[in-house]
Amino acid sequence: MADTSDIKKGFKMLIDGVPYAVVGHQFVKPGKGQAFVRTRIKNMMTGAVIDRTFKSGEKLEKADTEERTMQYLYQEGDARVFMDTQSYEQISLSNEQLGENVHYLLDGTEVDIMLFESRPIGVTPPTFVELLVTETEPGFKGDSSGNTTKPATCETGLQVNVPLFVNTGDKLKVDTRTGDYVERVKG
Amino acid sequence: MSAPADPAVLQILALRAVVLRSVRRFFEDRDFVEVETPALVPSPGLDVHLEAFEVRTPKGKSAGWLATSPEYQMKRLLSAGAKRIFQLCRSYRGEEHGRHHEREFTMLEWYRADATSDDVIRDTEELVAFVADAIANSGDYPLLLQQESTPKKRGLSPFAAPWRRVTVEEAIESHANVTLRALAGDDERSFRVWAEEVQPQLGRERPVIVTDWPSSMASLARLKPNGMADRFEAFFHGVELCNGFGELTDAAEQRRRFQQDQAAREAVGAPVYPIDERFLEDLERGMPQSGGNALGVDRLLMLLVGADSIQNVMPFPEERL
Repeated sequence: MADTSDIKKGFKMLIDGVPYAVVGHQFVKPGKGQAFVRTRIKNMMTGAVIDRTFKSGEKLEKADTEERTMQYLYQEGDARVFMDTQSYEQISLSNEQLGENVHYLLDGTEVDIMLFESRPIGVTPPTFVELLVTETEPGFKGDSSGNTTKPATCETGLQVNVPLFVNTGDKLKVDTRTGDYVERVKG
Repeated sequence: MSAPADPAVLQILALRAVVLRSVRRFFEDRDFVEVETPALVPSPGLDVHLEAFEVRTPKGKSAGWLATSPEYQMKRLLSAGAKRIFQLCRSYRGEEHGRHHEREFTMLEWYRADATSDDVIRDTEELVAFVADAIANSGDYPLLLQQESTPKKRGLSPFAAPWRRVTVEEAIESHANVTLRALAGDDERSFRVWAEEVQPQLGRERPVIVTDWPSSMASLARLKPNGMADRFEAFFHGVELCNGFGELTDAAEQRRRFQQDQAAREAVGAPVYPIDERFLEDLERGMPQSGGNALGVDRLLMLLVGADSIQNVMPFPEERL
């Protein structure tokens, strides 16, 4: 059993059966008072971040989690199949579990998959991915409407706002943390 | 061949030297005498949430404890006739470690005989403003520290006296959705509300003095006519800087509180420390009505230069020792 002295950034604990990761923590002790550890913790299932204060010395249950690097293989119905690059073991995640991240998966993309009690609960794609534009309105010279961006659809279905000079068939660099256009990639 | 200089360490040393020098200058200008009392004492602080380091002789017998503060001995000096005394010393508290806690830290403690907590609050305000000026005038110091809260000129300093004063009751009611009365009797919840909701909000722009603590938290403070403890703390940026008292001089009442602390320690399975009988004897003999304050020097420097931890203003915090 762990206790509050084990708390550090990235420490994973179980609260009411749900795994939480510590994103910030601070030891506090009001003058002549009870000591606490204030924490900011992230629900690893939903991504929600909450504040939680533990009494100093309080027992904590460690969460059985593990992060593994896996390669995206293919789509199978409503699910996506990944392969562990070390053990060649395959697992699948539903599109719903993947959420926005389905839009960053190209054949062979390497992602980090978080497993909780051996079940996948989350995916971290590479910070930047390069995607092909499959559809966007042509940009007009001398457009005076004041719009400096326009919508574009990428090969994975991702919708992204792009500058007017971007054309169908261009390759874009996209930041997967924000879903934002970064730059047009040459070649 | 000597190693290249470490500018971060030199910076910390220079800043600490300015603080120590200006603290001494401040008190000497006010006719205080610098004193020394032992670090190894027969009885540490008895507050239930305080953990002291027990010291053993080479033969394994208990030799006493490292002082959690020099309070008992400094008050005994007041009983012996000292009028204005201050001390810069190391104090030790077990199991405390975080951005604002080190197990060994530098304490500034001072006492004024024939004085009240008000006099000591005024000392605190003037002292901090004085040290802040000394830091600001000490040249191009901050290599590693943010400068947001650094005072530029006298008068513009956030530390200029007087500081705003609020009671514990007002502080709780303005920052937490609960009243002091509703928290009475539930210590854990009180401290939790204080730590989570109230303290982080205290002294956001300028330091604030919090007065009128519940009598259950009087510690070594006397009670005021309104029944509250004559205790104050100063906060800046949500950090507790000091804890001061209008001192309790009634030996019988002090013994009763020590016994309560011992009982509380026993109830939670904490080691029960002995009562310092010589301190009580000296109280019995007579200690003048006094005001005293204990101020964390590492926190003071941290707050003055806008560092985000006391470790950043210590040459050898535990993690680098």
